[in-house]
Amino acid sequence: MTIGLQTIKPIEVSRLIGEVETLKNAGYRLAAISCVKVGEVFEINYSFDKEYELENLRITVTGDTEVPSITGMYWGAFVYENEMHDLFGIQVRGMNIDFKGTFIRTAIKYPFSVTTAKGEKP
Amino acid sequence: MTKQIVVPFGPQHPVLPEPIHLDLVLEDERVVDVIPSIGYIHRGFEKLVEKREFTEYTYVAERTCGICSFIHGMTYCVGIEQIMKIDVPERAQYLRTIWSEYSRLHSHLLWLGLFADSFGFENLFMNAWRIRERVLDVFEQTTGGRVIQGSCKIGGVRRDITNEKLDEMAKGLDVLDREMQELTNVFLHDATVKHRLRNVGIISRNDAYMTGAVGPTARGSGVAIDMRKLGYGAYGKLNFQMVTDSCGDCYSRCLVRSKELFASTDLIRQAIKKIPDGPVDVKVTGAPDGEYFTRAEQPRGELVHYIKGNGTKFLVRSRIRTPTLTNIPPLIKMLQGCELADVPVIVLSIDPCISCTER
Amino acid sequence: MTFFEMTKTALRTILSRPATILYPAQAAKKTGLSRGHVTIDPARCISCGTCQRKCPAQAILISKEAKTWQIDRFRCVVCNSCVDTCPVKCLFMDTQYSAPATAKGVEVVAITYVKPVKPPAGKTESTG
Ligand code: SF4
Ligand code: SF4
Repeated sequence: MTIGLQTIKPIEVSRLIGEVETLKNAGYRLAAISCVKVGEVFEINYSFDKEYELENLRITVTGDTEVPSITGMYWGAFVYENEMHDLFGIQVRGMNIDFKGTFIRTAIKYPFSVTTAKGEKP
Repeated sequence: MTKQIVVPFGPQHPVLPEPIHLDLVLEDERVVDVIPSIGYIHRGFEKLVEKREFTEYTYVAERTCGICSFIHGMTYCVGIEQIMKIDVPERAQYLRTIWSEYSRLHSHLLWLGLFADSFGFENLFMNAWRIRERVLDVFEQTTGGRVIQGSCKIGGVRRDITNEKLDEMAKGLDVLDREMQELTNVFLHDATVKHRLRNVGIISRNDAYMTGAVGPTARGSGVAIDMRKLGYGAYGKLNFQMVTDSCGDCYSRCLVRSKELFASTDLIRQAIKKIPDGPVDVKVTGAPDGEYFTRAEQPRGELVHYIKGNGTKFLVRSRIRTPTLTNIPPLIKMLQGCELADVPVIVLSIDPCISCTER
Repeated sequence: MTFFEMTKTALRTILSRPATILYPAQAAKKTGLSRGHVTIDPARCISCGTCQRKCPAQAILISKEAKTWQIDRFRCVVCNSCVDTCPVKCLFMDTQYSAPATAKGVEVVAITYVKPVKPPAGKTESTG
């Protein structure tokens, strides 16, 4: 049994703004932005929803790439972008509300940007 | 131009069950801008996925939230099942639906109580919580936990409910319905309450949609999104009407939740009637390899669990996007332009669950 | 729009018995399934360590050498995972919550299980 339709579309960082604009004009709603560390790079998934169909745009960046903010189009995206910055250390350019690392106060800086050995006991 | 002053609201405030901080920029009594900040209780749950086997992480995922815990556990399990292509037995699907709906009852009743408290109606608060106790009793009798049910596992559920018990639960629902009717009458028809909630914290349909509002916050503004329509669990086989209202004020959000209580009892009744006999779980072997975005409807709105596995017992990433996180931007829109005295009511009206926001 | 909608409920509440119980004078509610605390039957535990590995809170520590089963009740989240996964079913969930304590600490149980002498080769060992 599958639940709802979901597609993942890998794109270049430079095309992000354009693609997001197209989706916004098509009436999509921003569902989530999720960042994942895969090996040495970060995958960022922008999930958009319309009529229960999930459309994902995926960009793959290295830790020092600056990602453009999409808050210009989706005003509410700042929560995800600040979270991404505070937990993973991704630099986001041009956020409408930039907390500069104080949105989520963590004891360790960018705690999610290091991968702990799998299954290692603390 | 009037002078602007900044009033900090929270993280400790009598109406806030959990810590969120809002910097309210005021011009006289009017709020002109709001800057939210969270992060007082970040627990790093998502990181724990790298150290726990994916089967055990179910219990961890469940502890993301102390109110809709069952739905968190279930959403995580559904994600893994989708990646590993596990077919969950019918009966388990129905049981999951029943427990999910009880969670919704539990959460909405809790919220109605807190909401009453936020506008200073203590008596109503106690009444809502007394009714909620019945729901918690059902949870404890069927799963062993009042708040953390722990009854979902990958491949099914951990406990069956006997058919006799199900019948008994169905009878209990009638009592519940009667009591809830009395309770929601106060919320929806009492002059004082109505006066306090009408035209407070209005958010337009378009603003709600574009800032990413979900759940009752969105439905109160007329945005018809409800992830139960995706048909996970047994929702595809039951019919229910989505509750929406178009005013977008605190009263609408209260109305949506009040009516959802009855939609939930109705869903439980249907599920109890239709539940087939059979096994409640399947054996799970192997490890997840792949990724999936699971979405489910929590009492507070759409929940997204993103799961990525790499074929080992330890997942790469479990990202939990809780409804409150995405309801924060709409909250800011609501607060802009309101009176300072209305702030507590408006904040409560989105049903903030900060702990699950911060995982 | 109505006034005094709450009055009926309020009056009934005044006239009926309290909805709360006088804990601790009166015992708290419990059901047969309530998850209280984990107990062990030390005579049957084979020190396999499954419970330790499957515990999401890492509350259990098994020492094969010292033959002890140790639980940190302050870590345990009472999830029932260990009870479900123990291969010889020697763990149980008691319905009574663990008692309050003034100091943190672990509870150590000595395992009294003695491995039965292996029957002659060729036959598989059966555990009770
Ligand atoms: S309690 Fe059970 S699971 Fe734990 S070591 Fe003993 S036999 Fe193994
Ligand atoms: S009940 Fe859960 S947390 Fe407690 S010891 Fe057992 S596995 Fe660990």
